[in-house]
Amino acid sequence: MDFLVFQYPMITIQACLDGLLLGILFALIAYGMALQWGVMNIINIAQGDLVILGGYIAYFMYLFGIHPAWGVIVSPIIMYFVGIAIYKLVINKVVDRDLFISILATFGISILFMQLMNFAFGADVVLANSGYGTTMLFDNNVVLPNSKIFSAFISIVFAICLVVYMKRSKLGRAIRATAQNARAAKILGVDTEKVYAATFGINAALCGVAGALISITFTIHPYMGLPYTIRSFMIVIVAGLGNLPGVAMSGMGLGIFEEFADYILGTEFRIGSVFLLLVLILVYRRFKLSRKREYLK
Amino acid sequence: MKIKNILITFVSAIAILFSTSVVSFAKVVGDKIILGAAISLTGKYSSNGVHTQNGYNMAVDRINSMGGVKVGGKTYKFDIIYYDDESNPKRAAQLAERLISQDKVEFMLGPYSSGLTKAIAPVTEKYGVPMVEANGASRSLFTKGYKYLFAVLAPANLYLDVAIRTAVELNGGKGVRIAQAFEQDAFSQDVRLGILDAAKETGSEIIIDDKLPKELNDMAATLVKVKQMKPDVLVVSGHTKGALTAIRQISEMKVDVPMLAMTHCDAAKLSKQHGKNSQYALCASQWHKTLTYKDDFFKDGMTYAADFEKEFGYDPPYQSAESSAALLVFKDAFERANTFDQKKVRDALAATNMQTFYGNIKFAPGGQNVDKPMVLFQVMCDDAGKCENKVVAPLKWASAELIHPVPKWSER
Repeated sequence: MDFLVFQYPMITIQACLDGLLLGILFALIAYGMALQWGVMNIINIAQGDLVILGGYIAYFMYLFGIHPAWGVIVSPIIMYFVGIAIYKLVINKVVDRDLFISILATFGISILFMQLMNFAFGADVVLANSGYGTTMLFDNNVVLPNSKIFSAFISIVFAICLVVYMKRSKLGRAIRATAQNARAAKILGVDTEKVYAATFGINAALCGVAGALISITFTIHPYMGLPYTIRSFMIVIVAGLGNLPGVAMSGMGLGIFEEFADYILGTEFRIGSVFLLLVLILVYRRFKLSRKREYLK
Repeated sequence: MKIKNILITFVSAIAILFSTSVVSFAKVVGDKIILGAAISLTGKYSSNGVHTQNGYNMAVDRINSMGGVKVGGKTYKFDIIYYDDESNPKRAAQLAERLISQDKVEFMLGPYSSGLTKAIAPVTEKYGVPMVEANGASRSLFTKGYKYLFAVLAPANLYLDVAIRTAVELNGGKGVRIAQAFEQDAFSQDVRLGILDAAKETGSEIIIDDKLPKELNDMAATLVKVKQMKPDVLVVSGHTKGALTAIRQISEMKVDVPMLAMTHCDAAKLSKQHGKNSQYALCASQWHKTLTYKDDFFKDGMTYAADFEKEFGYDPPYQSAESSAALLVFKDAFERANTFDQKKVRDALAATNMQTFYGNIKFAPGGQNVDKPMVLFQVMCDDAGKCENKVVAPLKWASAELIHPVPKWSER
């Protein structure tokens, strides 16, 4: 235990800002998960692996001399089609089945993706350099890499675009209708099959954006997907489905929680603390649920 | 249905063919000495696994083309059976079992990484199969009293020992303040123990002692502490991701520290991925091509590097060099033992005392090589941004002078 973080106000500010910027990025991934969970009732274990694949797209652009920031445009386009392909090959066969089958199926996709990426890109840890420099605040006591600010900004832009798209466009309305009641939507002429495919594609595209941002801010590696899946799962559990402000808030909360856990418990418990929090929240939710049931009785 | 049946018959016919041909392998067939190796060709260690395999293959070709191994007046050639352990310790142990009991291999080469070597060592020990390994440096491998395990490389606790001693020396013999961050795995923790020993002996103080997770890609918290507490030395060890993350965040956060010492810079292709940002980083290495050790097969480091590049198209990392050295050790031991009796070969291995292009090799009773110091190189870049690794310590092998303290970011 180390309470350095509270002894120096500058470190506290640093931790909060780092967490906030990180949390916004997590929220973007979580929003994709919430969307398809809400619409298709599928928990996508391969979420993190889609993120990493998106990161590799930006990395390859970087290798070919294109600035990796363009990855936030190119990567979602490619990932959208990857998402559609996964839907057509696997997900459409499990979409009406129970949750357990879909978890198994996406778990399988996750393993497959990890091995394929390892096979195709090698097991090296890689990153794309943006050369964005650093912002110094408070007399150089707080440092924020511009790449982190950039990724938070892009995440917000994409989130806003998506919200507007969901509200205004025809497909957006169809997706929301399907989420509310798939059967009724079908009766009223919504092609739910198409909606499912589009939803999965949009989710993959969001993962692509996040992946490109992660390759700029952190590092990518074929086996690094799982922590991102867990984080987005956790954010969605806390926020609930179809609640975008909730997802954003709980994403930022998780980011800050992680940073503080890092300072207080040590970096080795960073991911561990997320898992622990997940367990606590699940237990708490169960308690709340059982209380309600008793009340109903 | 018919096609399916035909397919099944076909596949099983091939399987039977393979299984019968596998049985015919043995330790020494005709003029071949067959060695077994489980190597990570897929999975998370696959890039270093391939470096290891290339190193083995290069040495096999070289020894075979230069007259092979002379035992009992007859000349033998090396051959290796490889299996892919998928970077998985359980699989590695199974494959070792299979190599020994099914393929009847009587001599083994090591896998890549300490973790996998740890998984295989109990198996080779059980069957009394001598194993020369080149990629397992964890100290715990050498404290279990294994009799058939020999490592051509220096143990992990010596990796960054030199860095601390150099820092103390530059500080006029007074102790320094050390900040350290290590991944939670056997290898990095051994490196950490080495630092603790060195700190104790030199009267240095450890002011930050962080542990890093396996999924490491953010160590900003550690670096903020470093910024506040201003240590003299920052030590980071967390495989390639540790090295890459450290350099990325140190340059982004403009962390000034007089000495930065790391492991795995070579494997992380640090100067290629980070360019000038990686400048001045000190890296522990088992080997560097500019060292002046010599042998009859590869001549010296520079020739080895040139030959390796011609064959495989890239500059050899130390993982390849030490793997090649493992075969030189086997050849030497077979010739001195003058027999294929496992016990006698084992005794010959234990008595090894030779120089290879990779370094001197002499095994301690625990199996580790005690005759080869680690070297430290520093990443140095010219104005055009082209970076090179230059050996700076120990002084005997240095090809450039250590730049210390590292210039501040504001002055770069």
